[in-house]
Amino acid sequence: MQRIGVFVCWCGSNIAGTVDVKAVSEALSHEPGVVYSINYQYMCSEAGQNLVKDAIRDYNLTGVVICSCSPRMHENTFRKAAASAGLNPYMVEIANIREQCSWIHKDMPTATEKAIILGRAAIAKVHLNAPLMAGESPVIKRALVIGGGIAGIQTALDIADAGFEVDIVEKEPTIGGKMTQLDKTFPTLDCAACILTPKMVDCAQHEKINIFSFSEVEKVKGFVGNFHVTIKKKARFVDETKCTGCGECTAKCPVKGVPNEFNLGMDNRRAIYIPFAQAVPKVATIDPNYCNMLKNGKCGLCAKVCGAGAIDYKQQDQFVEREYGAIVVATGFNPIKLDQFDEFGYSQSKDVITSLEFERLTNAAGPTSGTLLRPSDGKHPHTIVFVQCVGSRDTSGCGKTYCSRICCMYTAKHAMLTREKYPDTDVYVFYIDVRSPGKNYDEFYRRAVEQYGVHYIKGMVGKVAPRADGKLMVQASDLIAGEQLHIEADLVVLATAIEPDKTARPLATMLTASMDTNDFFTEAHAKLRPVESPTAGIFLSGACQGPKDIPDTVSQAGAAAAKVIGLLAKDKLTTNPCVAESNELMCNGCSSCEKVCPYGAITYLDKEFRMPDRTTMVRRVASVNPAVCQGCGACTVACPSGAMDLKGFSNSQIMAEVDAICQMK
Amino acid sequence: MSDRLKEQVLRTSGVNVLKCMRCGKCSATCPSYDEMEYHPHQFVYMVEKGEIEKLMASPSIYKCLSCFACIERCPRDVEPAKLVEAIRLMVIRQQGQNHLKPGQIPEMLDEELPQQAIVTAFRKYAK
Ligand SMILES: Cc1cc2nc3c(=O)[nH]c(=O)nc-3n(C[C@H](O)[C@H](O)[C@H](O)COP(=O)(O)OP(=O)(O)OC[C@H]3O[C@@H](n4cnc5c(N)ncnc54)[C@H](O)[C@@H]3O)c2cc1C
Ligand code: SF4
Ligand code: SF4
Ligand code: SF4
Ligand code: SF4
Repeated sequence: MQRIGVFVCWCGSNIAGTVDVKAVSEALSHEPGVVYSINYQYMCSEAGQNLVKDAIRDYNLTGVVICSCSPRMHENTFRKAAASAGLNPYMVEIANIREQCSWIHKDMPTATEKAIILGRAAIAKVHLNAPLMAGESPVIKRALVIGGGIAGIQTALDIADAGFEVDIVEKEPTIGGKMTQLDKTFPTLDCAACILTPKMVDCAQHEKINIFSFSEVEKVKGFVGNFHVTIKKKARFVDETKCTGCGECTAKCPVKGVPNEFNLGMDNRRAIYIPFAQAVPKVATIDPNYCNMLKNGKCGLCAKVCGAGAIDYKQQDQFVEREYGAIVVATGFNPIKLDQFDEFGYSQSKDVITSLEFERLTNAAGPTSGTLLRPSDGKHPHTIVFVQCVGSRDTSGCGKTYCSRICCMYTAKHAMLTREKYPDTDVYVFYIDVRSPGKNYDEFYRRAVEQYGVHYIKGMVGKVAPRADGKLMVQASDLIAGEQLHIEADLVVLATAIEPDKTARPLATMLTASMDTNDFFTEAHAKLRPVESPTAGIFLSGACQGPKDIPDTVSQAGAAAAKVIGLLAKDKLTTNPCVAESNELMCNGCSSCEKVCPYGAITYLDKEFRMPDRTTMVRRVASVNPAVCQGCGACTVACPSGAMDLKGFSNSQIMAEVDAICQMK
Repeated sequence: MSDRLKEQVLRTSGVNVLKCMRCGKCSATCPSYDEMEYHPHQFVYMVEKGEIEKLMASPSIYKCLSCFACIERCPRDVEPAKLVEAIRLMVIRQQGQNHLKPGQIPEMLDEELPQQAIVTAFRKYAK
């Protein structure tokens, strides 16, 4: 029989205002096994914790029940207090009589009755508790960052500066992400390249950072502190260690008509290319879909001109195995495809462009060397219409239900910069709402209206129709004037919704990290743990977690790095002992549990069993890796034989709680 | 009265006016915009406010072409044209109302008018 102490907390008036705490401690003192029962104003205070410690010693308690707030709040506090008094921390149970009782009830008698019942259930559970020991697992002191945009770069630099090794895996030939394609950046209008390229170079030169460019994560095994990752280095047909980035090959390659993805197809590159001048690493890559040598063995020019002898037409994909203690996902975003939005004429006219294309058209390194020219005829546009919310805030199924969060601000930037450089241009912005809640953001947007004379019109564009003479007929609502407008525009810019990178979903599956219905990675807690995934050891940085501008991305990147550093600074991790365990005698090896385990914690062993007649029999049984298991309990429900049980939350403990609640007194 | 009418419009149309985010894309699309006193987005808001009688009395309900452009374009799946149709139906279904008399037909006829149009017009506008 356990010797149980019950401690009822008032939580000031939070609990005592609705629950008669004296009646609760009185009633629970008569429960079987209870040898001590009191109530106190703040159990979590130092004095309150001392009450628990003293009672454990004075009354030789073997179990403790605290009737207080949610275990999320203070379970750890009381476990520590119990441990310091010599009691196994897992002999402490919390009855949540605040969130689940006092806060949601008004009537004192019924709330008091419920508090007593909840206390009784916790007592019933403690009777079946057994001491549990937390295990330990070592931590590999290296981090993996997947995605080398500004998010991944900042996270990697911060981790490396703390002295830990970091690998960046970037699927493109260079790191830098979307920010490399931007021109100037709100809210301060500094040039994107000027603030980004130094960071890219820092990554390349940092002795603790190792960049795997043109690479992808192929396989992930293991668990927090101990991830085993296979990285695929895609063949780029150029030896990275030899290439000096001189660009001799890219000048000589005869295949000139390859759409240049860096400029979103608005100009061409060669079959061998370096994405842009400041690429990191500055190494050429051959595009096998276009290279004559790789397609039909006829050419080899680049190998001839390359002074470093770096060209290697026989290069194959390489697979590298690495181990990590922590993984940061920083896979970013992309603008959505506009197939569902024919009304804006994107596919019908070259002069209807996305905002990202607009960035390239105004960027000095872009296809027009920074002069804003119409893609169709290379003329200066005199009337430009910007359309916000294209594909965002859309519940019709064509677009995305969320607000893409960055487009109001970059549209204000585009409109403002256009008016500054080309004051003879008429600029219209059609908006549903202007969302500018960041620091100095509303001021920025107002400048576009007040100083730069951008026409902001509340209403949406319904139709963009290209006319034979090259003009774009824009039909739109002006809701405040109560008019339908018809504007002859030269250029239409669509503030296109953004979505997570398409590779994020398969990556999430590999990492067993959860995602929302939009394929953004979900955080462990929306408010209190925003940079951690619910899967231990996986962290989130940048737009892969939700739409974000650069200031927010960089803040989050630093926060993720801090969490990683906190983890890598430890030599060993204590593991949660409340994990699943299979009863080998009952397990029939059916694989049901493995299929439901979201963490991949379950494997099967062929095990020898001694039979009653002294023969041996080999049976396949489930085995749980306690370091990987997160104690979610999915397997215990799936097991048809009742062989899986969760330590600390066993089926019998839960049934005892249910019985205690159902028992009428 | 207006509550009952609103209820009836919502029921016949099956439209949830609360989904509207006031972007005006329906009215930006509508080919009959200039002919209308109240525009598609105003139908949505006026139904929400219960101003059904105003809409019933407005010629706008006959200006709608039922082209469904507004339905096609609305990013929130609101279907304004269904409200127009529902209000039109309510007007037609009123007791004793007659918008088209057989005597008016001859002067309206021209060579290209299909027979079908006359039948439809009677169905829609006459008791
Ligand atoms: C038109 C436009 C204008 C903008 N203007 C501004 C502005 O003025 N100011 C501002 O603050 N913000 C602006 N932004 C927002 C800014 O671009 C983002 O905040 C920022 O790029 C987010 O960085 P990120 O690293 O999270 O994502 P990204 O920049 O998308 O980087 C993600 C990186 O991960 C890589 N990757 C993806 N999947 C994988 C994978 N599976 N494996 C390996 N690598 C992978 C990608 O190749 C990419 O390099 C603008 C955005 C747009 C579209
Ligand atoms: S071998 Fe291929 S990449 Fe090299 S120059 Fe010839 S076509 Fe270009
Ligand atoms: S940020 Fe502005 S333009 Fe972009 S979806 Fe949100 S409201 Fe629309
Ligand atoms: S269905 Fe009627 S209201 Fe809607 S766009 Fe067509 S004409 Fe306008
Ligand atoms: S298009 Fe839809 S959401 Fe926009 S104003 Fe019209 S009904 Fe409302």
